[in-house]
Amino acid sequence: MNKHNFFYFIKEGAVNMFSHGFMSFAAVGITVACLLIMGTFTLVAVNANAMLEDLESQNQMLAFVDKSLSEDEARAMEQTILAVDNVAKATFISNEEAAAAFRGRYEDDELFQGLPDDNFRHRYAIDLKDIGYMRQTKEALEAVPGIGKGNVSAYEDEAAGFITIRNVAGVVCVVLIAVLFLVSVFIIANTIKLTTFDRRDEIAIMKMVGATNGFIRWPFVYEGFLLGLFSAVIGFFLQWGLYEAVARSVASNDTINLITVVPFEDMWTYVAVIFAGAGMLIGVGGSLSAIRKFLQV
Amino acid sequence: MIRLTDVVKEYPNGTHALNGLSMEIQDGEFVFMVGPSGSGKSTVIKLLIGEIEPTEGRVMVNGFSLRNIKEWQIPHLRRTVGVIFQDFRLIEHKSVYDNMVFAMRAVGAGPREIKKRIPYCLNLVGLENKGRRLPSELSGGEQQRVAIARALLNNPSTIIADEPTGNLDPARSLEIMRLLERINALGTTVLVVTHEKDLVNRFDKRVVMLERGRVVSDGHGYYGRKAL
Repeated sequence: MNKHNFFYFIKEGAVNMFSHGFMSFAAVGITVACLLIMGTFTLVAVNANAMLEDLESQNQMLAFVDKSLSEDEARAMEQTILAVDNVAKATFISNEEAAAAFRGRYEDDELFQGLPDDNFRHRYAIDLKDIGYMRQTKEALEAVPGIGKGNVSAYEDEAAGFITIRNVAGVVCVVLIAVLFLVSVFIIANTIKLTTFDRRDEIAIMKMVGATNGFIRWPFVYEGFLLGLFSAVIGFFLQWGLYEAVARSVASNDTINLITVVPFEDMWTYVAVIFAGAGMLIGVGGSLSAIRKFLQV
Repeated sequence: MIRLTDVVKEYPNGTHALNGLSMEIQDGEFVFMVGPSGSGKSTVIKLLIGEIEPTEGRVMVNGFSLRNIKEWQIPHLRRTVGVIFQDFRLIEHKSVYDNMVFAMRAVGAGPREIKKRIPYCLNLVGLENKGRRLPSELSGGEQQRVAIARALLNNPSTIIADEPTGNLDPARSLEIMRLLERINALGTTVLVVTHEKDLVNRFDKRVVMLERGRVVSDGHGYYGRKAL
C-alpha cells in the first residue's frame, strides 16, 4: 500500500463514519458499554487476585507441636514439614518465643503478663505456596507425627471467600467478554453494512473500473478501526473515572475500607493496551464480516 | 481481441441465455451488437467483464481466458475494458472531476498521473470546462460523455457501451456515437450494444445480430445484411 492510498483510505474511512453519524454514535456507544462492562469485571478479578496474593503473603498457618516433645525434637521436624505438599516455608517458633510474642501483644494487660512459658507449645509458622489448597495442606500437616489432628490453625473461611470471588469474577469475566465481544462485532458490522449499502453504487463503479477487493475493502476496514479506536479511548477514560470513584468510596467507607484497591496508575498501561486492542479487534472484525458479501464478484 | 467460441450460458434458474454463441472482434474494430430483448446481449457484456462465467465454451478478452480466470485476475481484466452504461452510473454527490479521480484512485493511480490524465480525457470528450459541475448540472448527453471520459481514464484497449444512447434524444445520440467513432479512430476497440436501428444504419460499421443466444447475422452497414 503506497502512502497516497493510505491517506485516501483513512479519509474515506472517516467520511464513511461521519456520513452515518447516528449509527456510528450507536456503534461507539454500544462498544464503549461493552468495553466498560468487560473492563469492570476484569478489574474486579484483578483486585480479588491482588487481595488473594496479599492474603497468601500474610496468612500463615500455625502447626502446634505435641507438648511431650522437647525443643530439639520439635526443631528436628522441620524437614518433615517442608516435605509436605504446598508448604513454601516453615519457621520454628519455640514456646518461649511464642510466650514473649503473646505477652508483647497484651503488654497493657496484667492478666496475661504472668503466663508461664510452659503454657505455650513449640510451633511452626507455615507459609503456603497456594492458599487454594489450604484445607488439604492442613490435613497433611495434621498427619505429620508430632503434630496431630486439631493442632493446625488456619483462616480457611477467609481464604475460601477470596477464592470464590476470584473464581466467580474470572468465569463471569470470560463469559461476559465473549458475549459482549460478539454483540459489539454485530453492532459494528451492521453499521458498516449500512455504509456499504449506502455506497453500493460506488462499490459497483470501483469494481467496474478494476479496483481490487483489497482496495474496496480498506476504507471500510479503516471505518471499523476508527469506530473501535474511538470506543477504546472513550471507554478507557470512563473506566478510569469509574474506577477512581469506586476506589474513593471504598476508602471512605468505614465497613469496607479494609479492602485494598489496586491503584489505577499501576494498571493504566495494561488497561489502555487491552481496550485499544479489543476496540480495534471489534471494529476491524465487524467491518470485515460486513463487507464480505459485497466483494463477491 | 475478443473471441467467444461455442459459448453456452445457463443461469441457475434454468434460463438458457446463450446457446453456442461464437464471434470474434479484432483489435481496433468498431462493432455494433444488436438484437431483441432476451437475445443474450447483456449476458455477453457480463461475460466480457468477468461478472459471470460461461457454462460451456471459451471466452477470451484481451488475453484473459474467462473460462478459468482467477478471482484476483478479474480487476486486471477490467482495467483493459472500459464500460459505459445507459444510466451513466456517475456518483451524484461528486463533481465531474471527482468522479474521475474516484475511478483513477480505485486502480491505485498516484496524484501526478491523475492530474495529467483527467484533463486529457475531459478534453477528448469536449468537457474540459465542466470539471467542477455536479452530474445533475449536466445534460444527459454531457453525463454520458463524462461516463465515456471515465471509461477512457485507465487507457483501456476496449470500450464496451451498453445502450449508451438509450436515455438520449436523437441529436445527442448521434453526438455520442461520433465520439465513440473518434475514440475508435485512436486505436481503441469499441463494442456498442444497442437496439436503435436508425442510429446503427447511419454508420458503416460491422453489425452483429443476436437472437435466442446465437449470432444470426454478421456484416457491415445495417441490421441483417449478411444472414448466417
